[in-house]
Amino acid sequence: MAELIVYGIVLGSIISLGAIGLTLVYGIIRFANFAHGDLMSAGAYIALFITSVALPWTGLPHTTFGPFSFGWEMVIAFPVSMLIVGGVAIGLDQILYQKLRNKNSNAVIMAMSSLGASFIIRMIILILWGSDFFFYRPGVLRPAIEFPLGIKIRPDQILILFIVFLLITGLHLFLKMTKMGKAMRATADNMELAKVSGIDTEKIIIWTWCIGGALAAAGGILYGIDVQLHPAMGWNFLIPLFAATILGTIGNMYGALIGGLIIGISQQVSTAFIMPTYKPAVAFVIMILILLFRPKGLFSGGKE
Amino acid sequence: MTILTAKDIISGYTKVDILYNVNIKVEQGQIVSIIGPNGAGKSTLLKTIFGILKPRHGKVELKGEDITGLKPDKIVQKGISYVPQVDNVFPSLTIRENLEMGAFIRNDDYSGRIEDIYTLFPVLKDKSNQKASQLSGGQRQMVAMGRALMLDPGLLLLDEPSAGLAPRLVSMIFEKIIEINASGVAMIIVEQNAREALKMADHGYVLAMGKNVLDDTGEALLTSEEVGRLYLGG
Amino acid sequence: MEFAGILAYLVSLAIMAGIYAVFCLGLNIQWGYTGLFNIGIAGFFCIGAYTSAMITSPMPTGTYAHYVHQLFGLNLPFVFGLIGAASICGIVAFFIGFATLRLGDDYLAIATLGIAETFRLIFNNEQWLANGPRGLMGLPQPLAGLVDPKNYNYIYLVIVIVILILIYLLIEQAIRSPWGRVLRSIREDEISAAMSGKNVLRFKIQALVFGAMIMGVGGALYAHYTKAISPDVFTPLYGTFIIWVMLMAGGSGNNKGAILGAFLIWGMWIGTKFMTDLLPYTLKARAPYIRFLLIGILLEFILIYRPQGILGEEKKVSKLIE
Ligand SMILES: Nc1ncnc2c1ncn2[C@@H]1O[C@H](COP(=O)(O)OP(=O)(O)OP(=O)(O)O)[C@@H](O)[C@H]1O
Ligand SMILES: [Mg+2]
Repeated sequence: MAELIVYGIVLGSIISLGAIGLTLVYGIIRFANFAHGDLMSAGAYIALFITSVALPWTGLPHTTFGPFSFGWEMVIAFPVSMLIVGGVAIGLDQILYQKLRNKNSNAVIMAMSSLGASFIIRMIILILWGSDFFFYRPGVLRPAIEFPLGIKIRPDQILILFIVFLLITGLHLFLKMTKMGKAMRATADNMELAKVSGIDTEKIIIWTWCIGGALAAAGGILYGIDVQLHPAMGWNFLIPLFAATILGTIGNMYGALIGGLIIGISQQVSTAFIMPTYKPAVAFVIMILILLFRPKGLFSGGKE
Repeated sequence: MTILTAKDIISGYTKVDILYNVNIKVEQGQIVSIIGPNGAGKSTLLKTIFGILKPRHGKVELKGEDITGLKPDKIVQKGISYVPQVDNVFPSLTIRENLEMGAFIRNDDYSGRIEDIYTLFPVLKDKSNQKASQLSGGQRQMVAMGRALMLDPGLLLLDEPSAGLAPRLVSMIFEKIIEINASGVAMIIVEQNAREALKMADHGYVLAMGKNVLDDTGEALLTSEEVGRLYLGG
Repeated sequence: MEFAGILAYLVSLAIMAGIYAVFCLGLNIQWGYTGLFNIGIAGFFCIGAYTSAMITSPMPTGTYAHYVHQLFGLNLPFVFGLIGAASICGIVAFFIGFATLRLGDDYLAIATLGIAETFRLIFNNEQWLANGPRGLMGLPQPLAGLVDPKNYNYIYLVIVIVILILIYLLIEQAIRSPWGRVLRSIREDEISAAMSGKNVLRFKIQALVFGAMIMGVGGALYAHYTKAISPDVFTPLYGTFIIWVMLMAGGSGNNKGAILGAFLIWGMWIGTKFMTDLLPYTLKARAPYIRFLLIGILLEFILIYRPQGILGEEKKVSKLIE
């Protein structure tokens, strides 16, 4: 059980990365981005492309990287993929959502557009890679480290927790300390007043997409490292992402973090009792319970 | 010198016109008060001047420059600031952060300006790191005005600064308004509290049903029988 | 292909388009007239199909029962299958609506999406329910004894078209009634509808249930056409996404548009298959993805450049009221 909880924290931290991006976007642009899960897939596959095609093509020799299951290529692929997906998210906004915004389309039309975008991303992945599973580590499986209570953890998993911690701390500092971060929070509070204050809200929206996309990419890659890559991985994350977002009160980044951990732990612990394939359903059931009994989430009340 | 003129403004929302040929004018250093019944279009006029709404007809000029149809973030750069009637603070930001947002377009060091605001509203200084959502109505109004003053505007638009405040706070806010004006900031103030608003006004406008009804010096309006009967309650 | 072959092909195409048109009509009630964002159509598709399949097929017996498990098998006529499918879908929709519609548009979307995925998981994993991933096969077809099996599709086409017309007339009737007017007023301006004393939540739930029941009928029609169903049929792509594109293309808020969209997009879908057949062999396996990619891009174009669809919304309000 203790081991399942630890695995749940690992999974939950990955969900949190996606959920934080989702909640930031929701807080500012006020629509449910159904493409967010597929941005995670995009990140994972772009990293796969970099590690398995682009860097080997340069002729540099492949070596392993510390005690981890992937090679040094990942050190480059990880940030580059985050940047690219941040750019993809901005691109989708500029090509699709911004046009709808300017036409005063309602939030549901934008959500529908993002649903379309999610299928477009998935189809591109399917066209390029097919529907097979992929791994970053062909054939390599590093031994797990034994901890007390019989908990076995792979070095990869410790690294995942560490990276998530770094990213979230970085985001926290960005939002609290920088002018742009503060303006993002201001815009989430009240976009009209932000405009009145002279804040260029279109620029804020671009930043939001970039951060949301980059975090989603990080989540997708980390999931790929922990488990595997599959074209439907992002889509399957969608329900857990929304569950975490709603659980943690929409628009609340710290809520999304906690929500992600709760969902991740519940999903892993549930495998002790029911088939692992039901993991998405577990997230769904938690979400429905929240909607019935505390629809504003656990952290409502901070904002009026 | 005339700072701002709005000429023959026709404006409103997507489906309806609210203002029909409204005219107002603000001279350097003046306080201009706009009074009128609920729904007269007072807020709509301020929003149109500030570029939140685009007029269907008419012209807004700032010191002779045509600023009609410019977006708020551009208007701010021209030296006009605006305090909306409702939702005029960022609730989850601290007071200091609220003020910083007012200075968003400044790239220089504006910490001195924040100190000026704290001198004007000393209560804010102690609560500097509290979230705006935790403040009382009067304090919020101060934060909102402070935010708008961060850019040291030449013209300040205030939409019902005294709305919903206890009488003691109302007079305090009006004192502050006079103090701000004394430092050289011209103002357009929309007020329900018509008597007080006219008392401090250099010039007053009465708006009803989206049209100019009367305009004169504040004093003249205050003593006008018609205004007294219709808008000052007796 | 000789003439008879082409004709048979066109008939099968028309049957599927007709079934999709039923879904579009159901979605049109929810989205076109009421503004409800249901992205779990596949869920209603799925339970409609399974319900009707189990109502109309007999319980497996003998050695067969070792290989095929199903919760029940009632061996009742087709009509009962339709009624059962519609009822179960209606009940599920009621619960979803009850849980989410008081909260806002996005919540309904997420919940319907979740329910669709969850149903698919359940049917995949629970052998006893409906034979797990292998699904149910050999489903009965109505009036199958009348003609040579080779010509049966003509009969089924007639059945689909008759049901489609009946549903169309039913919806047109409902939409022109005071009830339909309330739905549209909710979609246009929920707040003023509520202020004029309408119980907005109740009307929304009714519209969701009504639409879902029609989707249930669509699921049943599908099951008895293909005679075999399994969970992997009811994916978000075939079960939800393409139906949205059909409705948006034809014109939401317009029943004729919904039907037109279904035939048009299904025709395009099949048409692109001929195009991708020309692709080199290595790409062929991935041809369906290319086709779906095109459909996705088409949706984005519609949303940005022609959100009202081809026909646009039909004005049902008389000039006097305006
Ligand atoms: N966003 C909006 N869309 C449509 N109509 C609006 C909108 N905001 C205000 N109105 C209408 O415009 C008219 C004028 O409103 P406005 O807020 O300018 O009045 P006001 O003079 O400021 O009144 P108050 O004293 O109540 O603040 C009112 O009839 C109001 O209902
Ligand atoms: Mg007003």
